[in-house]
Amino acid sequence: MNVTEILFWILSALAIASALMVVLSKNPVHSVLWLIMVFFAISGHYILLNAQFLFIVNLIVYAGAIMVLFLFVIMLMNLNTDTEPQKNKWLKVAGVVAGGCLMLVFVAALKSSGTQQVQMGEGNIGLIENLGKALFNEYVLPFEISSVLFLSAMVGAVVIGKKGD
Amino acid sequence: MDLFLLQVTNTAAEASTSANYFPIGIQFLFAIVFVAVMIALTHWLGPKRKTADKLANFESGIEQVGNARQPMAIKYFLVAILFVLFDVEVIFFYPYAVNFKSLGWGGFAAVLMFVGFFLAGFYYIIKKGALDWED
Amino acid sequence: MWSFSKIANIIHEWLSQTFNVTWTTIIEMVIAGVAVISLFAVLGLVLVIMERKVSAWMQIRLGPNRVGPKGLLQSLADTLKLLVKEGMTPNGADKFLFNLAPFIAMMVAMLLLAPIAFAKDFQLWDLNIGVLYVSAISSISVISILMAGWASNNKYSLLGAMRSGAQIVSYELSAGLSVLAIVVLTGSLQLSEIVNSQANGWWIFKGHIPAIIAFITFIIAVTAETNRAPFDLAEAESELTAGFHTEYSGMKFALFFLAEYANVFIVCAIGATLFLGGWMPFHIGNWNGFNNIMDWIPSSVWFFGKTFFLIFLIMWFRWTFPRLRIDQLLNLEWKYLLPISMVNILLVTAMAILKWHF
Repeated sequence: MNVTEILFWILSALAIASALMVVLSKNPVHSVLWLIMVFFAISGHYILLNAQFLFIVNLIVYAGAIMVLFLFVIMLMNLNTDTEPQKNKWLKVAGVVAGGCLMLVFVAALKSSGTQQVQMGEGNIGLIENLGKALFNEYVLPFEISSVLFLSAMVGAVVIGKKGD
Repeated sequence: MDLFLLQVTNTAAEASTSANYFPIGIQFLFAIVFVAVMIALTHWLGPKRKTADKLANFESGIEQVGNARQPMAIKYFLVAILFVLFDVEVIFFYPYAVNFKSLGWGGFAAVLMFVGFFLAGFYYIIKKGALDWED
Repeated sequence: MWSFSKIANIIHEWLSQTFNVTWTTIIEMVIAGVAVISLFAVLGLVLVIMERKVSAWMQIRLGPNRVGPKGLLQSLADTLKLLVKEGMTPNGADKFLFNLAPFIAMMVAMLLLAPIAFAKDFQLWDLNIGVLYVSAISSISVISILMAGWASNNKYSLLGAMRSGAQIVSYELSAGLSVLAIVVLTGSLQLSEIVNSQANGWWIFKGHIPAIIAFITFIIAVTAETNRAPFDLAEAESELTAGFHTEYSGMKFALFFLAEYANVFIVCAIGATLFLGGWMPFHIGNWNGFNNIMDWIPSSVWFFGKTFFLIFLIMWFRWTFPRLRIDQLLNLEWKYLLPISMVNILLVTAMAILKWHF
């Protein structure tokens, strides 16, 4: 077992444990913070794969920006336990069934994909220069379409946040 | 001095592999140890006399009213979601910025269009008054 | 003439003669780690005393003048005092998060110190995406502030944290865009390459007006990002007691304080590296005599001189401008700085493609 493998197992264990804590925490703010832990562990995996740009983007966009958004949204809510709505028992059962179905799909997809060996710490495709070349040559159309997506997201956010007029 | 750390662990030819991130792991460990020692030291040195009045939340000397788990203004949410969108735009600039010389005017046109869409959205936000604090 | 790289070389050679490769690496790691920690501690002490002396000087008073010569040991005494104070956790607080928040604030500040080039050939960690790394790690610091504010279970803290969160994330955009202007001009994200590209002139001189616009937006944005006056809404004393760290005491408060000053140093160091040439000396065209004199000054002196000049600038702002309101603050960013820096980055790109810069 070399250093990369040891790190891989540590980071995987950390990611799965934190992901479990996201689900199991009673307090939504704690869940968000465990989610940040998950993102850090995933970022560690990106470094092991030598995907440096994804490592940074994962930190800036997910651990930084989106988690701040989540925290703000949670703080918009009233978190006192006495105002917490009573959850229906059937809703929990439905949640378990839906989650089980999703897991089934994942397991099936993983089985049919066959075994692929991932090359660790090698290859230069994840470096920012190469990624930029691919993005602005072959994938320039999806790149432009994504900006339209952002435009619609902006309009949506304004419409939701600014009701009444 | 970590300069040599880099020279020991990898030569200049493989400067962009994941082994390059080794020093940050070390730095991370040192940071954890340093902060933990500071907190442990103050815990050990400082007095511990806890009274209910002392541990009450500070509200300018008045008895505490309710708690701080209160809902906040929606303006903050709007700022945060717009930040996420614009942050992704800034991120998309980085791969362009290191490559723009080889991409030339074609790449510039692509970026111009991308920023154009953002500026259109920005114009909409300003016109709608979404960022005006007072309604 | 002494320089950091020579001292480091001597240590390295001595170590590799005495020990084998593994031990040399381990010992160097320890030395580097201890160096970073002591740099951190010294920075905190120096910046606090500098802030107090500068503010005293601007308000025509003496400032701290009791402990040590001219009061220079005042911040050391304050640190000792904070160390032996009781660290309280208020009753309604979320204990775990309350104690975790200063930890994270400090960790972020220490991790940010790694890629900075302090002198010629003297850099802890020359990462090939150094600029991106700095912006990524610094985007985490807002989480520690939100965490501290929420965990305290104090209304002032929560309000301060929310304001601070909105402020930091907003100004991160224009800070990122103004940094990008220099990345475009250099074509590299590596801090050592950015410094080397300024050997024949600093970017603020070479980059014409767009570089100056980027520099001004950068300074405004980082002043806001580090929660310094006039953007210190997060801890507006007159309305929010102390903002997100109202409930903190003793060493936990000191850690927030230290992290804040370390962040001021780091953003000024980044600003000096990107716009003012890092450790590059000041040269004028082909005035060889003048250039030689400038070269004679050690590179570390250049770096720290520029950094402390920017720090002084930020302290100067604090005692010059009155505090903004939250709506004015967000207006300044979203209605002025963001569109200006977005257009500016396009200008810089067009200029770089046309090779208009020197």
